[in-house]
Amino acid sequence: MEEKEKKKKDIFESVWKFLASVKLAIFIFIVLSISSIIGTIVEQQAEPAKNIALLAKFFGDSAAPTVYNVFAKLGFMDMYRSWWFIGLLLLFSINLIVCSLDRFPKTWRLIKKPQKPLSGNALNSLPIKKELTFKSSLNIAKDEFLNILHASGYRVFEASESGSVRLYTQKGKYARLAVYAVHLSIILIFIGAIIGARFGFGGYLNLREGGASNTAYKSPAEPIPLGFTIKCNWYDTLYYEGIDTPREFQSELVIIEDGKEVLKKVIEVNDPLTYKGITFFQASYGMIPDATGYFVLDITPDNGPEKRLWLKSGETFEIPGTGIKGTIIDFSPALTRDGNTGALTTYSESMVNPAVAIEFDWPGKEKFTGWILKRYPETGMLPGGHSVKFADYWGVEYTGLQVSKDPGIWFIYIASIIMAAGLYICFFISHKKIWINIADDKKSVRIVVGGSTSRNRLNLENEIEKIVSHAAQAIEGRSGK
Amino acid sequence: MSSSVFFDISAGAYFAAMVTYIAYLVFRNKTIGLMASAITIFGFVSQSAALIIRWINSYHFWAASNPASGVVESILRAAPLRNLYESLIFFVWSLILIHLLIEFKYKNRSLGAFVTPLAALALLFIDISGTSKEIQPLIPALQSNWLLFHVLLSFLGYAAFGVSFGAAAAYIVMVTDSRKEKTYIFWSIIIGIFLVVLIGMGIDFLSLSAVQRAELIQSHFLKTTLRSSSGGVAAVSWIVSIVFIFAIWQFGLRLKNILAGLNLTPTMLDEIAYKSIAVGFPLFTIGGLIMGAIWANSAWGKYWTWDPKETWSLITWFVYALYLHARFVRGWRGKRVAILAVIGFVAVIFTYLGVNLVLSGLHAYGSG
Ligand code: HEM
Repeated sequence: MEEKEKKKKDIFESVWKFLASVKLAIFIFIVLSISSIIGTIVEQQAEPAKNIALLAKFFGDSAAPTVYNVFAKLGFMDMYRSWWFIGLLLLFSINLIVCSLDRFPKTWRLIKKPQKPLSGNALNSLPIKKELTFKSSLNIAKDEFLNILHASGYRVFEASESGSVRLYTQKGKYARLAVYAVHLSIILIFIGAIIGARFGFGGYLNLREGGASNTAYKSPAEPIPLGFTIKCNWYDTLYYEGIDTPREFQSELVIIEDGKEVLKKVIEVNDPLTYKGITFFQASYGMIPDATGYFVLDITPDNGPEKRLWLKSGETFEIPGTGIKGTIIDFSPALTRDGNTGALTTYSESMVNPAVAIEFDWPGKEKFTGWILKRYPETGMLPGGHSVKFADYWGVEYTGLQVSKDPGIWFIYIASIIMAAGLYICFFISHKKIWINIADDKKSVRIVVGGSTSRNRLNLENEIEKIVSHAAQAIEGRSGK
Repeated sequence: MSSSVFFDISAGAYFAAMVTYIAYLVFRNKTIGLMASAITIFGFVSQSAALIIRWINSYHFWAASNPASGVVESILRAAPLRNLYESLIFFVWSLILIHLLIEFKYKNRSLGAFVTPLAALALLFIDISGTSKEIQPLIPALQSNWLLFHVLLSFLGYAAFGVSFGAAAAYIVMVTDSRKEKTYIFWSIIIGIFLVVLIGMGIDFLSLSAVQRAELIQSHFLKTTLRSSSGGVAAVSWIVSIVFIFAIWQFGLRLKNILAGLNLTPTMLDEIAYKSIAVGFPLFTIGGLIMGAIWANSAWGKYWTWDPKETWSLITWFVYALYLHARFVRGWRGKRVAILAVIGFVAVIFTYLGVNLVLSGLHAYGSG
């Protein structure tokens, strides 16, 4: 019975040791790197033909399909979701947890262990050491070292014997915990990712201008109920002046619950709308095939108020109080003047440079037609100070929304902060210990300063150098009197 | 004055500095060393001026097309970190900054001979890759503060990794005794491939029309030489490349004799390599991975999608994490960790350039 217990314990210990070893970590780092490289070469979740063509470049046309099948069986075509890749990540986290648990008690004891004064011999074996002698008294020397150490924020302890005193102090001991914070943050990221995968979703939703929906879609066959209704008031692309580079993609979204508007926001790329944990991102846009919409015109008579009109193609309006009539007779989503012929043409199917043609019936004038461009409001300035601005061709575009819910994201944010702080402390703050032994030596004092640090020896060397030279100055100043 | 004048001055200065640093290595003359530092500082000041002027210009450009944008927002959006050209320029600037700091701190100039060539290569790459140098309007996806800090910190991190690469490469050269050593073979081949690709791109550049140059990376990468459609040209290119790499391997060892005569010790190089990684790792983690993920989340609602660029950042991160653990915990020293530092920087370059150059080419080619 006892034998068995012992054996069990041995097995447990060796498994624990294996899982705690940094060798395993190094092995996993290497395996993860190499498999990730393969994952970036083989296109993930692509159609088979694509990757077969790719593999043909390495293995030849005839072998490619076979190689593809083997690779596909091994999960390389959707590697980051394959059982072995996820298993590797799991092993990685276990390694990290076990390793940290294994080491933490030791580190904690190291932090909690009270610092002790050191004898001269022990001081001599420290990595940083400095010796000097002054014509001064024990008390003056002690005072000055205490002053300087206090000024640099050290809490100093002392042990006195007849004719000698030992000062000792340390700083930054908790910096030793930073590594654990960094490791913990990685685990938090895994937890966040698991929560996100389990309780969140990622989907999409296309909404036409004026359209509304209470479901998003993971795929056409997988609707996700939202629990409220979202409506798109309008979608618009803004362009940089004079060029066809988009400046902003915008949609005005409204959340409707129980028939009431509860939230309204114009979203942009990088500025989404969040409601009840579900976030709507501006992801794409497009034209609805064969749709006809409303021409939204802002009409301003000379010194009159602006008025907004919604008109269908072919409809006629009047500029209030002037008798001037206009009829919408044509539309182009992207109007330009042909460089060679000078004729007006449409150069794109999407609404890059929308323009509306209006036939004006002007009292006392012959009928004439003018193109008014949305992006160039000056094209709507009419004779006599009246203006007709083309605000929008509404109802023909849809906005493409990325819809996502990720309750795990808070873990990611918190982990990010912990990791950033942990890395900073880990690399830039060290645990420093300083010992100063001061002894009377006839008419002078003999001082030995020693130090040790968890990292960055050079820094502590410089610091001790500074402390000693300041103290020396002060001691000599006082003893000289 | 226009920023491009200052950029040209600084590029010229960095090339001159490279030559002078190498001359300093060879002749060990203090005056030459001082000159090298002076030229580098001059180039750095000039490049800083160029960056500031470019920033001001693009501030006006942004503010003119976005009247609603406040002053602070406009300053952030105008930061010259928007495209390949600007980020490479910033990389060079950071590299030189870190190099000057190290030179000042360690009172040692020799490392300059390893770091300035990296700056010169990056500048050369900018010219032969034919990337646009115009101030470009910022497309919507890039209008994010996260993105700005993401790029800023990543490139400072890359520059620190660049310095560690220089120090590690110098270390490997210094401790090499024979051409047959695996480490030596490894690094001479890496340098050789690096130069071959660069020269190949230079030939592409010279043989292309101005219009084609803009597409060099996407469509014409090495098509004039190694990937030529004419089998003969391709074969000759491959042979020349292999001979070239062989020559680097053959003569690279001479560097060692030069280095050995300097006040540069392997211990010091090892420490510089480690310290640069200690600076680069947090910068890259926070700026590259964390802020990149937060930006992706705020733009698309997904912080991680395993796309090739993200995955390669992660690979880079793993390599440097491996370096830290191997060195700090397992106590690896010497060549083994130096090689990891070299591999790390190769991963950095691949993350930044290779993903766009090689992988997208591979995939585009594959789909027809
Ligand atoms: C990508 C994931 C990881 C990151 C970013 C990371 C980060 C770090 C950092 C920054 C250090 C400090 C290194 C230094 O002081 O130079 C460290 C130390 C360490 N890491 Fe990790 N680590 C990771 C994974 C792991 C894993 C999987 C293990 C499991 C064995 C591990 C074990 C250790 C140990 C034992 C130390 C030394 C701690 C000490 O000083 O007592 N790490 N890690």
